[in-house]
Amino acid sequence: MTTALIAEDELLLAQALRAELARAWPELQLLESAVDGDDAVERALSGRPDVVFLDIRMPGRTGLEAAEAIVEEWPGDAGALPLIVFVTAYDQYALQAFERAAVDYLQKPVQPARLASCCARLRDTLALRAAANGAAAPDDAALLGRLRTLLGAPAGAGAAPAALTLLQASIGSTLHMIPVDEVVYFEAADKYVRVVTAEREALIRMSLRELLPRLRPETFWQIHRGTVVRADAIATATRDDSGKVFLTLRQRPERLVASRLYAHLFRAT
Amino acid sequence: MPPPTDPALEPPRGLADLLLRGVQVALVNVAIAGLVASMSGNRFGHVVLYAQCIGLSIWAIIEIGRRVRPSGVRSWPPGWRGPALVAVACALGYVIGVTLADTVLGYSSWPRYLHQPQQLARDFGPTVVFCTIVAGAFWTRGQARRQRAQVAAAAHEATLARLDLLQSQLEPHMLFNTLANLRALIAADPPRAQEMLDHLIAFLRATLAASRQSEHPLSEEFARLDDYLALMRVRMGDRLRTSASLPPELATLPVPPLLLQPLVENAIKHGLEPQRGPGELHVQASLDGATLVLRVADSGRGLDAAAQANAREPAPPSSGFGLVQIRERLHTLHGDAARFTLAPRAGGGTLAEIRLPVAAPPHS
Repeated sequence: MTTALIAEDELLLAQALRAELARAWPELQLLESAVDGDDAVERALSGRPDVVFLDIRMPGRTGLEAAEAIVEEWPGDAGALPLIVFVTAYDQYALQAFERAAVDYLQKPVQPARLASCCARLRDTLALRAAANGAAAPDDAALLGRLRTLLGAPAGAGAAPAALTLLQASIGSTLHMIPVDEVVYFEAADKYVRVVTAEREALIRMSLRELLPRLRPETFWQIHRGTVVRADAIATATRDDSGKVFLTLRQRPERLVASRLYAHLFRAT
Repeated sequence: MPPPTDPALEPPRGLADLLLRGVQVALVNVAIAGLVASMSGNRFGHVVLYAQCIGLSIWAIIEIGRRVRPSGVRSWPPGWRGPALVAVACALGYVIGVTLADTVLGYSSWPRYLHQPQQLARDFGPTVVFCTIVAGAFWTRGQARRQRAQVAAAAHEATLARLDLLQSQLEPHMLFNTLANLRALIAADPPRAQEMLDHLIAFLRATLAASRQSEHPLSEEFARLDDYLALMRVRMGDRLRTSASLPPELATLPVPPLLLQPLVENAIKHGLEPQRGPGELHVQASLDGATLVLRVADSGRGLDAAAQANAREPAPPSSGFGLVQIRERLHTLHGDAARFTLAPRAGGGTLAEIRLPVAAPPHS
């Protein structure tokens, strides 16, 4: 049976989408709706729906952040990833990004005809999956690719900021100047980013999302929504059954995890 | 309306313009030569040669001089530098032009000029006069063209500002979400849908009228806020609790229309809506001596969190426009006597406060 989750913070809109979906796709079983981004991640991971309708602007995590978390934390034994449909009232930048990444989206107020064609597309994709007989879903790789395009899309229309060469990080009361090329990896820590070099670690007051566009993409790879690693600091990469990849580093003892969203970086050729 | 451009800033047309000016100068030179030849009785061919050499040299020096500017803008230098450039070009161009023409004819004017300075004055005099007239004509034409471009640019900017204002007031995200709610209510609860539609109509009317009125009574301002908050209460349900307090003696005080609107919108959009769980919004008017104090307080996520989220997400072009607009409106109306502050609220959230001088304090 096909199940779906709706994440929408406005109660009336969630109810309306339920009603419209019941008309457009009567066999679809709807889980209890999520009221914000964090709730959406929890309900998706516990209810494991086939389809998730995510509002973009929600309290807590945005729809995009929720999609990222759902895909990264989706259990390896839970079968194929859920199909994701974004829902937005008006978002110039988001719509451009959706078009570029070729993801499914609906605009509020949701038009019945548009919803019907969206449901038809979802049904086709799910039918293909069923035909593949539960083997590794053939469309997962495509879905991951679309999501990566969407998350990596430059925010706004502004020009890319200049690449950073030097970081200023305070350790205690001392300001440390850290050349970016000495950083082994960056890790998101709430409102800060933890900067880890071979010898020490420090915090910089910046979110990972602000930092990312200022790093050279060929040198630093994002391997998880909270981790960016210097590519030539990686020693080995080992894939486990769930699709996650574990990395060992040259200059640090700890292991890092690459989520399935970014595991494509470590495919032996 | 085509976008206006400063003619001084158009490189593609630059070469064509330059050639056109060169041809114009050459034609003027022929005319001058005709005049000089008829008065002096010299051979027309020789006079034309000298006139062209001198005139084109002067022109070339002026063109070069206009380009040697730190800003790189191709235009006349400002103030005294324009006439100075013409004077220098006139003298230097004369020397170069005469030498050039001499070379062509295999002749040398300079020994004669050295022996007979009055001859030099007789020949150079007309050059100064014609140079002044022609350069003056070009300068006037350029000036007029620049003024036209400036006027067009100013008109263009005013149009953009009006568009920004309207876009910031009729925020599309809010509008489409409201319409989506309305669409849902029409099926589920028609009387409530009608009520919501009435609030939306009043809100839209007030928004469109705001740019035409200069002020309205404070009670009217609160009524329009109520329309907006009623829409938001339908959308956010239990998550939004609102209250408004307007002492009756302040109800008739005049205020600029939709002064508080952007503050209430910001409190919801940046403070309450992105926050998980319920929140409160309080709008209050009070009198402090001869100062009207308007406060919008919310229990949202606060300024720091909002600033951080804004840095993370792409900001729509109109974001932040509301606050700039409030400051500008207050400054235009009251100068330094009015104040607008945005600060963290005790107990979490944000407090926006506007202080306005009251012309005639109400008797209470």
